[in-house]
Amino acid sequence: MVALNPTQIRRIVLEQSKRANVGHIGSALCIADILAVLYGEILQIPAPGAPDRDRFVLSKGHAALALYATLALRGFIDRSELDSYCGDDTKLGVHPKTVLPGVDFCSGSLGQGLPMAVGAALAARMQASQRRVFCLVSDAECNEGAIWEAAMFAAHHKLANLTVVVDENGLQAFGPTRDVLEQANLAERWAAFGWEVARVDGHDLPALAAALRPRGQHGPRAVVARTVLGKGVSFMEEGRAITQTHVAQNPVNWHYLPMSDAEYAQAMAELDRQG
Amino acid sequence: MRRAFLTALAEVAARDPRVVLLTGDLGYMALEPFRDRFPDRFFNAGVAEQNMVGVATGLAEAGFIPFAYSIATFASLRPFEFVRNGPVLHRLPVRVVGMGMGFEYGPQGPTHHACEDVGVMRTLPGLTVVVPADHAQAAAALHATWNLDRPVYYSLGKDDRTTLPGLNGRFGVGALQVLRPADGGVGVIAMGSVAAEAAAAADTLAGEGRPVGLAVVSTFNPAPVDELAQFLGRCAAAVTVEAHVVAGGLGAQVAEVIAERGLGCPLRIQAIRRSPDGRSGSQAALWRKHGLDRDSVAAAARELATARS
Repeated sequence: MVALNPTQIRRIVLEQSKRANVGHIGSALCIADILAVLYGEILQIPAPGAPDRDRFVLSKGHAALALYATLALRGFIDRSELDSYCGDDTKLGVHPKTVLPGVDFCSGSLGQGLPMAVGAALAARMQASQRRVFCLVSDAECNEGAIWEAAMFAAHHKLANLTVVVDENGLQAFGPTRDVLEQANLAERWAAFGWEVARVDGHDLPALAAALRPRGQHGPRAVVARTVLGKGVSFMEEGRAITQTHVAQNPVNWHYLPMSDAEYAQAMAELDRQG
Repeated sequence: MRRAFLTALAEVAARDPRVVLLTGDLGYMALEPFRDRFPDRFFNAGVAEQNMVGVATGLAEAGFIPFAYSIATFASLRPFEFVRNGPVLHRLPVRVVGMGMGFEYGPQGPTHHACEDVGVMRTLPGLTVVVPADHAQAAAALHATWNLDRPVYYSLGKDDRTTLPGLNGRFGVGALQVLRPADGGVGVIAMGSVAAEAAAAADTLAGEGRPVGLAVVSTFNPAPVDELAQFLGRCAAAVTVEAHVVAGGLGAQVAEVIAERGLGCPLRIQAIRRSPDGRSGSQAALWRKHGLDRDSVAAAARELATARS
């Protein structure tokens, strides 16, 4: 397994977002540490498409750029392919599709990834395979009823080969999740549905790895990872735009905004200091 | 059709360990034989159709051929987007099985009337839609399609007694079943179990000495476009019969063929044209209410023939 540097993932996220002049930057930066641990230490993937590889479902598909960066760093896709991100007839859309090697399931419509991951986990058990299935959902995605349908099914069938990472950044499209639909005690909700639950700092690599490693679990496991939207770039974490002066400070800004040249320069400089 | 279809499903499941059956907690007193024979390949997903289709997608990605069963409205409309972004987008061989075509669940009321499933599912070009006309054709359809490499939606009925005379279980993906050539008369084209009413109407018209044709459409994506054009080419006019809304249904498909092929064949679409009024009743009563019973179909054909002469 090749250790992955989350800063390299973030660097690609910024480069490609800037080149394509698109948003969803904060969401992609937010999950860079989770993906670095998953693809650097946890997922057993001899090759994309290998039948008995571990599966990964990025249910919060709008953060796909971080996944593309990870797949490139793992060598599953060519680095040059990243330059087609958001281009015409590209395999690298804003949301991931299986037309790109290394993407196990299509996503983009929230709430649909976890049911497919549950099916993948059930299939692994029916085939007596040791492969594991991981699914990354966002906290806001837990607004979707299908998440809880899938949670019930996975718990009922004691799918111990299934691990969900809940990216709890506390934000959604219109603002803080608590202001949109209160989801206090999100971890307890998963526990109440019969899941083993762990809470971790979603930017603490050793803690993430410990939470995601195989452990004689008896049912599905939810790792609720507290994260920061735009992690790694100070002004994004703070919800500030530097040169886009018409934009008032708002924690959800970097869910949407593309970067100005100056913002890109500062963001890259900050990443350079992180190694 | 239900027993015939499930019997055929058990036959293929016995031959192929990839076949799995999921249900949205429906099919009581019908699915038990499969469950008891293949307990490791039967899953009651509970009353949760979206997840059921998602799970089926995950199973299919790993090489299984999952059948996801519920009442037709709940199997098609509730999880529609999961079908679209699941098996269709992934090009995986999931089979969605909708039970109770048209007004079969008549007394249960409009929530249970499957009047839009074919049209809705037909909007997905990557999804083959199968609508048998009777139980023998349902069994044949399952045998012909269970192993297709693309997703399939089955709109089925429970009726295992009514047989469409002359159909004899014939079925082909993208094939038109012509039971009676039109010979220059009115061509009656039907879909689903209401084809029995269309057939009875054709018999009546023939008894009156009128030339009349009869054909059954059982698949969309592909629909039997060329064969329909051929059949329609020998019709003075056509009447379509379906327990389905006009949009996206059989009549709409036939109208597409007539228009795109420039056939100039007058068409009467006997289909559901009104929004539910909240009242329910037997299938027979609802067929009459919407002009789908044999007398209404025969009357429509006579009107058309008279208008042409």
